[in-house]
Amino acid sequence: MKKARYVLRLASRNMWRNRLRSLLTIAGIAVAIISFGLLRTVVDSWYAGAELAASGRLITRNAASLAFPLPLSYGERIRRVQGVDQVTWANWFGGIYIDEKHFFPQFAVDADSYFKVYPEYVLDDQQLLAFKKDRRGVVVGSKTATKYGWKLGDQVPLRGTIYPGVWSFTIRGIYHGRDDKVDTSQFLMHWDYVNENVKAILPSLADKVGIFVVNIKNPSNAALESQAIDSVFRNSLAETRTETQKSFQLGFISMVDTILLAIQTVAYVVILIIMAVMANTMAMAARERTREYATLRALGFNQAFVYSLIVGESVSMAVVGGGLGVLLTFPLAKGFFSVTRDMFVVFDVTPTTITLQIMASLLIGLMAALAPTINSTKIKIVDGLRAVT
Amino acid sequence: MKQGLSFAYVARNLAARKLTTILTASGMALVVFVFAAVLMTSAGLQKTLGGTGSYNNVMIIRKGSQTEVQSTVTREQANLISTLPGLASNPAGNVIISPEVLVLVNLPRKQGDGLANIVVRGTTPNGILMRPQIHIQSGQQFRAGSSEIMIGSGLAHGKLGLQIGDTITFGLREWRIVGVFDAGGSGFDSEVWGDNEQMMQAFRRDSYSSVVVSLRDRSSYDTFAEAVRQQPRLNIDIRRESLFYADQSEKMTNFITILGTTITIVFSLGATIGAMITMYSSVANRTREIGTLRALGFQRGNIVWAFLQEAMLLGGIAGVIGLIAAAFMQLVEISTTNIQTFSEVVFKLILTPEIAAQVLCFSLFMGVLGGVLPAVRASRLEIVDALRSN
Repeated sequence: MKKARYVLRLASRNMWRNRLRSLLTIAGIAVAIISFGLLRTVVDSWYAGAELAASGRLITRNAASLAFPLPLSYGERIRRVQGVDQVTWANWFGGIYIDEKHFFPQFAVDADSYFKVYPEYVLDDQQLLAFKKDRRGVVVGSKTATKYGWKLGDQVPLRGTIYPGVWSFTIRGIYHGRDDKVDTSQFLMHWDYVNENVKAILPSLADKVGIFVVNIKNPSNAALESQAIDSVFRNSLAETRTETQKSFQLGFISMVDTILLAIQTVAYVVILIIMAVMANTMAMAARERTREYATLRALGFNQAFVYSLIVGESVSMAVVGGGLGVLLTFPLAKGFFSVTRDMFVVFDVTPTTITLQIMASLLIGLMAALAPTINSTKIKIVDGLRAVT
Repeated sequence: MKQGLSFAYVARNLAARKLTTILTASGMALVVFVFAAVLMTSAGLQKTLGGTGSYNNVMIIRKGSQTEVQSTVTREQANLISTLPGLASNPAGNVIISPEVLVLVNLPRKQGDGLANIVVRGTTPNGILMRPQIHIQSGQQFRAGSSEIMIGSGLAHGKLGLQIGDTITFGLREWRIVGVFDAGGSGFDSEVWGDNEQMMQAFRRDSYSSVVVSLRDRSSYDTFAEAVRQQPRLNIDIRRESLFYADQSEKMTNFITILGTTITIVFSLGATIGAMITMYSSVANRTREIGTLRALGFQRGNIVWAFLQEAMLLGGIAGVIGLIAAAFMQLVEISTTNIQTFSEVVFKLILTPEIAAQVLCFSLFMGVLGGVLPAVRASRLEIVDALRSN
C-alpha cells in the first residue's frame, strides 16, 4: 500500500516534468471524452423520445404505409372493440411557415377528443373552449410559441403541401407539457375545418384520417388489443397496422438507424484517435527516460517497478483528462441541447455514458503504456545507460 | 543562406523516430478517414438522387406539393398538358408523356427490424423509354395491364433482398416480380415499377401523382414553361426532372455534412494536439542541432520552414493513409430513408477528385496548425544557448 502510494507520487511527478506536453495531452483526452459522451448522448436521445411514450396508447394506421389514409368511419368501429377506452385521430398537415427551414409538426386533430387522449398536453379550460369555438383556431405548444413569439389571437399563415392553398389560422390556445419530457412543439388545428375545405378542392382526400390514436383500458393487453383492432379491418380496402406508440415511434427512428449506427461507430473512432496521441506522448516520455529507468534497474529496483512507473504515469494522465472531460460533458450537453432544441425532446447524459467515458479513459491510459513497457523490457541495463536520447 | 535545408533532412527527421511518427500519423489518418467518409456519403447521395431523371424531361406535380407522393394530377390536367407546345413526339406523332402514380409501400427489412418505405411507381412504356439509363438486368419488363412488377437493382440485394419470382402484397393484390432493372446507380434503383393503371385501380385512386414529359430539345423548356404560365388553371409546378430529384437530396446531404463537419472539427482538435506534441518534442530533442545549423549560417526562416515542412509531411502521410482507407468505403452500400421524401434510398459512397483534394488539404492544414508554434519556438532559440544545452 505504502509502495503503491510511492509509485503514484513518483509517476505524477514524472507527469509534470514536461508540462506543456502533459497539458496538451490532457486537453486532447478531455476533448475526446467529451465528444464521445456527446455523440453517445445524441444517439440515446433519439431513442429516448420513444421511451417516453405512454404505454397504454396504440396507434392505428394504414397497413400499406403511412402515406395512405384510413376512412374516418374506422374511428367508430375501433371504439366498439372491447377494452378500448378512448379514440381520437390526427392528420399530418405538413404546411410551410415562411419557408422550409421553419419546421414544426402540424396536425389536424379532432378538437373534442384529442386533449382527452393526450392528458400530458396541459391546456387551460378557457383556451380549450376558445379553440373549440373558432373553426380556424389552433393550439400551439409552448416551445414553438416561444420560438416565434406567438401570443393568443395571433394569425399564422401556412402554405399547404398536402392540402393545397394558403391557410390562415388564429392561435386560441398554448399548451404546456405535464413535465419537461413532453413534446411541446406541435401545432394543432381543427380536422373538421381542414376536411371541409378539402372536400371542395381535393375530394379524394376528404373524410380521410392519417392515424387513429387509441387509449386502452389495460396497458398490459397492448399486443392483444392491437390484434383485435387489426382483425376488424382484415381483408377490407384499407387494412390497418396497430402498434404501441413506442414501437410506432421506433419505426421512425429505425428509418435513420444507418445514420445512428454511423454516429455510434464514430464515437468509438475518437477514442482510437486519442489513444494514438496518448501512446505517442508516453512513448516520448519513456524514450527520454531510458537512461533513468536503466539507472533505477542498476540500483536494484526490479522491472515491475519500472512498469508501474510507466503505467502509473499514463493512467493518471488519462484519468485527469477523462475526469475533466466527464465534468465538462454536462455543461456542454446543456449548451448543445439549447442550440438543437428542435431536434430532441430530452437530452440527458445517462449513467451508462458516464461509466463508458470513465472506462474509455482508463483504457486509453493502459493502452498508451503498452508500447513503452514492451520497449523497456527489451532494453538491457547497459544499453539503457548508454542510450542517447 | 539562401538555399534552405534540404527536404531529405526533413524527411529523415520523421524516419528517425518511427514509433512517434506512426502513432501521430495514424491518429491524424483516422480523422482524415472520418472526414472523407462524411464527404463521400454526401457526394454519393447527391450523385444518386441528382443522377435520377434526365435533364430533358420535365417533372410536373400539383402546385406547392413538393414531392410526388403528396401530389395529385387529374386526368384532365394530364390531357391538357399533352397539348402544350415544346414537347417531343414519337415517330407516330404522339406526344411523349408519362402520367405516373407514386405510392409508398411498407416492406419489412431483412436485416434488423423495422419497415422500409419503398417507392412503388406506376408508369407507362413511355416512362421507361424516357429514362434511357434504365436497362433490364435480368428477367423482363412488366407487361402493361398485368400485376407484374420489376424492381430496381438496389432492392435486389442488401437490406431488402427481393428476387425474381417473389410476390409482394399491397393494395389487396399480389404482385409478381418478373424483372430486375439497373438504373445506373440512380434513385430509380431503389424503386418498384409497374403499370400505372393497375396501380391506380389497386389503390383506388382516380388521379395521377405526377406527369413526366419529354422536351423536344434542350431549349424548349422555356416554351413549355411559358405555356404553363398562360394556363393558370392548370395549377402545377414544373421542374426539369434531374433537378427535381437533385433537390430531394438537399435536406439529407445538409444534415450529413453539418453533423459530419462538426464531428470532424472536434476530432481534428485531438489530432492537431497530437501533431503539436510530436513537433514540440522534435524541436526539444534537436535544440543543439538547431543551434549548430544556425551557427553554420542557416536563417531563422530556414529553420521555421524546415519544421513546417516536417509537420506538413506528417500531415501529408496521414492524409494519404486516411484517403486509402476511405477509398475502400466505396464498396459500402447504404440503404436508408430519405428524410425529405420519407422513402427508402440505396446509394454508394463515392470518392471524387474534389473530395480527395479537399481531404488532403485538410490533413496538411492539421499538420501546419500543429507545427507552426513549435517551428516558431525553434527559430527563436538563441544560438549560444542552444549550443550549450544538453
